[in-house]
Amino acid sequence: MKLAMGRILWIAAGLIALAIIPVALTSYQLGLLTKMLIFALFAMSLNLIMGYAGLPSLGHAAYFGVGSYTVGLLAVKVIDNFWLDFGAGLVAATITAALFGFLALRAQGAYLLMITLALAQVVWGIAFGWRELTGGDDGLPGVPRPAAGLPLSLADGVSFYYFTLLFTLLGTVIMWLVIRSPFGAALIGIRESERRMEVLGYNTWLYKYVAFVISGVLAGLSGNLFVYYNGFVSPAYLSVIFSASALIMVILGGAGTLLGPALGAALIVYLENAISAETERWLTVLGLIYVVVTLFAPNGLIGVFRGRFWTRATWGRAA
Amino acid sequence: MGARGVRALAVERLSHDFGGLRALDQVTLEVAVGERLVILGPNGAGKTTLFNLLTGIYQPTEGRIHLFDRDVTRLAPHRRAGLGLGRTFQITTLFPRLTVLDSVLLAVQGCDRARFALMRPRTAFRHLYERAEKLLGEWGLTERRAAQTRELSYGEQRQLELLLALAAEPRVLLLDEPTAGLSPAETVSVAGMIRRFPRDVTILLIEHDMDVALELAERVTVFHYGRVVAAGTPDEIKRDPKVAEIYLGVDEG
Repeated sequence: MKLAMGRILWIAAGLIALAIIPVALTSYQLGLLTKMLIFALFAMSLNLIMGYAGLPSLGHAAYFGVGSYTVGLLAVKVIDNFWLDFGAGLVAATITAALFGFLALRAQGAYLLMITLALAQVVWGIAFGWRELTGGDDGLPGVPRPAAGLPLSLADGVSFYYFTLLFTLLGTVIMWLVIRSPFGAALIGIRESERRMEVLGYNTWLYKYVAFVISGVLAGLSGNLFVYYNGFVSPAYLSVIFSASALIMVILGGAGTLLGPALGAALIVYLENAISAETERWLTVLGLIYVVVTLFAPNGLIGVFRGRFWTRATWGRAA
Repeated sequence: MGARGVRALAVERLSHDFGGLRALDQVTLEVAVGERLVILGPNGAGKTTLFNLLTGIYQPTEGRIHLFDRDVTRLAPHRRAGLGLGRTFQITTLFPRLTVLDSVLLAVQGCDRARFALMRPRTAFRHLYERAEKLLGEWGLTERRAAQTRELSYGEQRQLELLLALAAEPRVLLLDEPTAGLSPAETVSVAGMIRRFPRDVTILLIEHDMDVALELAERVTVFHYGRVVAAGTPDEIKRDPKVAEIYLGVDEG
């Protein structure tokens, strides 16, 4: 697909806006924006399997949390070295996704949801129960921003924002390339009709597995970023609630669109922040959002937008 | 049998049980390269079960399947497709939300090395598009290339299903009731399409429409309760009293 001029302009405008916006924000707002970027990457990673390959997961927090805990534990208890800790976080998330994908991908649909949920609960159980290592329910505090091994300090909010932006963009570009490739087209084919793809000669299991692992690695990447951002990680970031939040971000923004889930993530982060200040009923609100979106905008916000400005959705189309 | 030499497909004593029900019972079958074999039989005779065994969707309870003299009995469906086995389904099995062009591209890509490319855009593989456009042109679907599959008429969907099977460059093609549910006019056009398929493609065709079946067939095999009860040329089958019995419901007593 040749990129239309209009689209290039939109992308350029978006990048410039993301690059200069720190000037205009308070440090609190910038922190919130950084969190939006991290969760956007997390939601987009889930979308790769859920929106494109048709593989829903209720256990995506597992890779996020494994990344977070690995980086956090290494930084707190072993060595504060960015390359070592960050790399180990990615490796741990990759191994977890490779193992869980192997176990889960024999199932489909609701059964896949159940298996991914069960597997993630195992990781949650370890983090919750192994108090000596993880701090259990109290979580793991005191994770420092990476200092050693990097040319510049990430201690201040602005430099950490750019650090996060860099990795989120990197993850987005990787997913964009994957989706546009013949591999990505095959994932969409599997979502639409796995049986048809099988008899056309595709090893559908392998495609799903590779997508599952890529998705897990990128979720792990977002978890890595988050533990540096937050300085703290607890079993809440391995919980089914967190997995479900990611699912809602994807659905709210628009499953099967590259940037829809990022939009959904930004909105959820914003709403959680705003509503939690007023009431403790955030989860109730989140549930209501889910119901309303499923009923009235099943294609998500991007779907609403497209329905209004274009005559029909063009997703899944590459030419 | 096998008059033209090489066997494209050979099935030996193939059986399949669903729980206690024997859907296919000791079926033996040979099809020569380029032959057009029609499989007849009432509902529940085991015809679709045979296709599901041949494509590897089911594993047989016993028996062996050879594709071009290679034992494929335990091979995964995509591996059999890679060896040149294509099929269509009785219940239309397409990509509802993809365009016609995208669907054909997937079919073309399935037998191309480009299918594993992960980082290069699909548009970089010009030959896939050229082949897809050529196929659409040859089979008269060019005008519908940008339509979503679910927007096509049922007849067009059946045509697309045949086109996808053909786009994967099969050497053996299993067609499961391609004219089921079509109007007489659509049936004629689909039958014409099958007649135009390359001569070296071996075709096994399940068909209920007798006119279509006997017109396309070089040889006919009749299934009943999971067994082969008759086999021969279309003329022989028309005269076979057992076949008349099955189809006309003559009392067996």
